[in-house]
Amino acid sequence: MTELNLKLSKNTTGRYGEYGGQYIPETLMNELDRMTKAYEHYKNDPEFKTELHDLLVDYANRPSLLYYAERMTKDLGGAQIYLKREDLNHTGAHKINNVIGQALLAKHMGKTRLIAETGAGQHGVATATIAAYFGMECEVFMGKKDTDRQRLNVYRMELLGAKVHPVTSGSMVLKDAINAALQDWTKRVDDTFYLMGSATGPHPYPLMVRDFQSVISQESKQQLQEKTGKLPDMVVACVGGGSNAIGSFANYINEPSVQLVGAEAAGKGVETELTAATVERGSDGIFHGMKSMFLQNKTGQIKPVYSISAGLDYPGVGPEHAYLAKTGRAKYVGITDDEAVDAFEYIAKTEGIVAAIESCHAVAYVQKIAPKMRKDQIIVCTLSGRGDKDVASIAKYRGVDIDE
Amino acid sequence: MSKIAEVFKNHKAFIPFIAANDPDFQGTVNNVVALAKGGADLVEIGIPFSDPVADGPVIQAADIRALKADPDLPMDTIFDMVAEIRKQTAIPLAFLTYLNIVFQYGYEAFTKRCTELGIDGLVIPDMPYEERGELAPIAAKHDVDLIPLVTPVSGDRIEKIAKAATGFIYVVSSLGVTGERSEFANDLSDLVARIRKVTDVPTAIGFGIHTAEQAAEMAQIADGAIVGSACVNIVAEYGEQAPTKLQDYTKQMKAAVVGNPVR
Ligand SMILES: Cc1ncc(COP(=O)(O)O)c(C=O)c1O
Repeated sequence: MTELNLKLSKNTTGRYGEYGGQYIPETLMNELDRMTKAYEHYKNDPEFKTELHDLLVDYANRPSLLYYAERMTKDLGGAQIYLKREDLNHTGAHKINNVIGQALLAKHMGKTRLIAETGAGQHGVATATIAAYFGMECEVFMGKKDTDRQRLNVYRMELLGAKVHPVTSGSMVLKDAINAALQDWTKRVDDTFYLMGSATGPHPYPLMVRDFQSVISQESKQQLQEKTGKLPDMVVACVGGGSNAIGSFANYINEPSVQLVGAEAAGKGVETELTAATVERGSDGIFHGMKSMFLQNKTGQIKPVYSISAGLDYPGVGPEHAYLAKTGRAKYVGITDDEAVDAFEYIAKTEGIVAAIESCHAVAYVQKIAPKMRKDQIIVCTLSGRGDKDVASIAKYRGVDIDE
Repeated sequence: MSKIAEVFKNHKAFIPFIAANDPDFQGTVNNVVALAKGGADLVEIGIPFSDPVADGPVIQAADIRALKADPDLPMDTIFDMVAEIRKQTAIPLAFLTYLNIVFQYGYEAFTKRCTELGIDGLVIPDMPYEERGELAPIAAKHDVDLIPLVTPVSGDRIEKIAKAATGFIYVVSSLGVTGERSEFANDLSDLVARIRKVTDVPTAIGFGIHTAEQAAEMAQIADGAIVGSACVNIVAEYGEQAPTKLQDYTKQMKAAVVGNPVR
């Protein structure tokens, strides 16, 4: 079995070039400071690391498979395609890696209440799961639009013992849920830990989330080495806030031969207003505690975003991605709704895998690029989650009426 | 001494807040002028932001109204409002907004324009002490005060924040977001005392104050009282009659605040 010895990053400044920082109300600064110090301490604490390791292995079902997608490879006729199967984790997505880490930190900090934001509900479900496991109180903030269209996940969170708050301010989606969670936190910092769902927000979140998700690339590097003795030529992952992507990239950033590609949600098209392609369409700004790239207007008002995938429906991107984009170390490409839905059907039919619509943005890019690569080249594509949650909405997209 | 600090010199200060472009350009001008006529010592003009995380439902709603009226609401339109206000009153003014608005306009251009129009201070709730470095030297060059916030949970941070402050220090009355309250943190006197140990920069308490009694109580503790949501509510409720109402309200509040002896 793959030995898990999480390498946690040394960056303690919270800056990635000019990006990152802690642009957050004063009320939260002491708490963030406590969190940063606690994290700096525990990430080097052998006992904490053992606990984290055991939870990842025994509870989350790690390591996840690195699966050689032979049919896809043959069909596309180019590079060899390996899929990193985060969809096989407990709760069905990479989100569990992060919530285990943060909840464990919360427990060690003496917190008894977890709060979280969620878009489609995946992070909310993961948080509710770990809260149930640790016997902690859990409240999840979710835009009213999302609670309406993701009723199953709302019920799932409630089943796990969490309280779900529909957020009715602003555009009633993910960014408004983050606003509401931050506001709740300012009212009650003493016993509460805000469990951020992506590699976004003020320091130390982008760093912590990256560290907890970097298990993805730590495993994939080792697994691919065992299978082929090589490094991949390209790593592809979808980017919402950027947590599965930064985890997929982390252990390859210092390997210059490995191309890193983030697949963003282009919605109806990168050049349209109905898009969530932050890196391609956005610009530098300051929001949700970080300096990074955002979809915004000239004045600096944050724009509403659109994607078929609720998990990629965020008007920003984590600060390390902004930095990787700016320095050219990683490349970000927009994938439209249509392309993602095609990929959803393609991977189901060729490999027998129903992958999350978010992950299918990465798959769609692989479909485009693999045929252009040599047969001795290797792509590792992260399947961030499983697609059961998406089946009904894809059916609807295709005009098929199914009873829920 | 900065123009804002001077406001507090001879008496306790009453500082109302309204959101720009709520309900529209001329309404904003009329409302600020009315606040000045009512005796406000300094007016905070909020620049609407799509996602005002430090604000409660009342001010959020004002921002939404303002942006609905003009979704782009260019910063230059707001500067034009101030220019219009300046034709009618010389009252000290400060902006309250989120850092992205200032960042997009450009720190240099923004603060320069502020000085030209007599905006003497900026309150930026999402720019804590640690992040003020990118704006502070530029603001100082243009004599624009960066007014920091201190909260009941600032703890060991109080001294460094206070020492760097110019203009005044915004003391947050209690945890949470802006909006009317019936109770405040009970250690506000200690908080103000800690600030006064390290600086002469005046203090004003805000978040939740809406009655004259509360304003009087807060002005006893600090050098001034800030009232936001209550003013915004008047604007929302009275529409074109808002200026008269704001002027009356300010008179009352000012009387309650000024009654307290200065330090
Ligand atoms: C399956 C899946 N993949 C990807 C994402 C996007 O998040 P991130 O970019 O942080 O990995 C989500 C978010 O909900 C998700 O559920």
